[in-house]
Amino acid sequence: MLTLAACCAPLKAQAFCGFYVGKADGTLVNHASQVAVVRHDNKTVISMMNDYQGPMTDFALVVPVPVVLEKGQVHVGDPQLFAQLEAYSTPRLVEYFDPDPCEIVRPMPLMAMASGVGAAAPAAPPMQDRALGVTVEAQYTVGEYDIVILSAKQSDGLETWLKQNGYKIPPRASAALAPYIKQDMKFFVAKVNLEEHRKTGLQYLRPIQFAFESPKFMLPIRLGMINANGPQDLIIYLLTRDGRVETTNYRTVKMPTGENIPEFVRDDFKGFYKSVFNEQVERNDMRAVFTEYAWNMGWCDPCATSPLTPDELRSLGVFWLDQQPPSRGQFMPAPYGGGAIPVMLTRLHVRYSADSFPEDLVFQETGDSENYQARYVMQHPWTGTENACPAAHSYFENLRARQMQEAQTLADLTGWSLDSVIKKAGLKGDQQPNPWWQKIWN
Amino acid sequence: MDDSAALAPRFRFRFSGLFADARMFQILALGVLFAAGVWLRDFSLRPAQIVLTFAAALVTQRLTWRFYPPKARSYRSAIITALSLTLLLRADDLLIHPIAAAAAIGSKSLIRFRGKHLFNPAAFGVIFALIALPHTWVSAGQWGQDVALAGWLVALGALVTERARRGDISWSFLVFYLGATALRVAWLGQRFAVWEHQLSNGALLLFAFFMISDPMTGPNHRWGRLAQSALVAAIAYWWQFHFYSTNGLIWALVVAAPMVPVWDLVWRAPKFEWNEGENHGPDRLEASAHPADRNGADARGVLRAA
Repeated sequence: MLTLAACCAPLKAQAFCGFYVGKADGTLVNHASQVAVVRHDNKTVISMMNDYQGPMTDFALVVPVPVVLEKGQVHVGDPQLFAQLEAYSTPRLVEYFDPDPCEIVRPMPLMAMASGVGAAAPAAPPMQDRALGVTVEAQYTVGEYDIVILSAKQSDGLETWLKQNGYKIPPRASAALAPYIKQDMKFFVAKVNLEEHRKTGLQYLRPIQFAFESPKFMLPIRLGMINANGPQDLIIYLLTRDGRVETTNYRTVKMPTGENIPEFVRDDFKGFYKSVFNEQVERNDMRAVFTEYAWNMGWCDPCATSPLTPDELRSLGVFWLDQQPPSRGQFMPAPYGGGAIPVMLTRLHVRYSADSFPEDLVFQETGDSENYQARYVMQHPWTGTENACPAAHSYFENLRARQMQEAQTLADLTGWSLDSVIKKAGLKGDQQPNPWWQKIWN
Repeated sequence: MDDSAALAPRFRFRFSGLFADARMFQILALGVLFAAGVWLRDFSLRPAQIVLTFAAALVTQRLTWRFYPPKARSYRSAIITALSLTLLLRADDLLIHPIAAAAAIGSKSLIRFRGKHLFNPAAFGVIFALIALPHTWVSAGQWGQDVALAGWLVALGALVTERARRGDISWSFLVFYLGATALRVAWLGQRFAVWEHQLSNGALLLFAFFMISDPMTGPNHRWGRLAQSALVAAIAYWWQFHFYSTNGLIWALVVAAPMVPVWDLVWRAPKFEWNEGENHGPDRLEASAHPADRNGADARGVLRAA
């Protein structure tokens, strides 16, 4: 297990594992952070992505790490990697078309399209140096970041250091930092080097990555709660060699999947999924971590986008690909099957508050290599008329029942009222299924 | 996880028949936990895995019949082991659970020292699967706070009701382990909620009440049990907070098992025998004169002292 920090979520906002420290007054809020954790044999590579929108000058990122990181262990990545990860693993909507009931030979239903929700987020944050009860273990610039690795002996050491360096520290920072200091963890502190940032010509911050070796396989979300107002969302992509990842100190729950839902959801699938997630969070009392995707990185079905290429995986830190015998799989972005590779992607989505998640997230790689995805199904009705043939009549009768069922499912999944769903689905009262007794005597 | 202990005469008098055997309480308690897990939680367990676990455990138990004296032949321990394995072990292959169950039950006959089997069968089955079989894991976090809380109540209730004489090891283990984790939380300056959260670990619950308290594999003398519980708690703590490894409790129980014969040498006391309540009938009071019950009296002393 390793340690680290960073995080967050596309759908909601504000989160992450380290915390941002603002130099100036202002609201210190980071939106939609995501973290990618590559892990194998105690070796960990973490990439952190935040869509921080504030002034580059004022923000710093503070992340507890288990060891002192040398310059070579830190890297600045391509935000496109997160966009790709997000798109590949996002909950998806698939559609099928009902066949013509009048046809004698029924063609197989065809899977047509997949669409995703969520959007990748942009960049990360910054920081500064000096010591006072604090030791500067290392100091260097990587990409647009000035990085300092600190260790502290006292619980308020880092807070003092940050304050002396002109940063406005959230009031409870010291208490939140104390447990990490006691565990002899170091602090990875990064701030934006404006000159370097200017050279990149980018308006956003690129993801910061670091590699280290430690038995700790965890994500220090507690620190991120300091400057959070309300619950935070975090999306964690975990890339492992063999099996999906779950949390060992919280329940890991799979999102509902494979449900048939009304067609109108297509217009706002993102809104739909957001509601489903909200509902699940509520039902689990905001005390569970949700699995949204767990799939072998070599393929997908259906594919929201193609799997990451070997180069992209390597950029994320998947270091074992070169060591693999070629027999285990080929890198074929095969949209509809095949091509397994020794990389399993688990996408976890967690919404947490200080009360509901008293401890940092601790993970384990399980032996479970079964593929899973949060996938919702739209079944388009046949577009013919009821009088086209005798079979069409019973088709439409069944269709009504099915559409009501889909409406019910949608209401259950999202917590929306059934009436509003029926209205939105365009179902009328007479589309409700006939009473069970109607056919008894007629 | 065969657990629990010799029953005192008074107690046996009260709970005659089936429930004179402490294992029935365990089967009941584990059954309730299992049902709660299956109905209220996604336990990632396939029905076929459950069936195969029980089948393998019972068949293996039957195959090893000849190692047991006729009076000691019972499927109860096998049922407890099967329940424990289905509660703890996860695998994405159908063959894993039956193999682990067979190994667990088989270990009772094969790995013995001075007339006692060395390893708690369920703990052995889990560790055997984790080491030797692919695609296996233990989902310690899958219980959730509410179910874990209910589980604690059930387990504590069962322990108190049954007044298991060798339940003293459960208590002392909890004191050592929870004491150590509480001290750690205090030292780190964390909130009490963290400690509370650590209690909601289903594996801890199963462990404390159904594994470490297994009288067949625990030390015979109460001082031995005290020493063993401290050792197991220390290893588990180290495993989890020093090495940051998972499943510390189960590993600790297995790793510390070889010390049990040592404690038995240092502090001598009669070996435990299960009391098959329904077999004793009116003889049960006489049966209490069995050496095992003298041992039970030891434990009672500890409980009182506590």
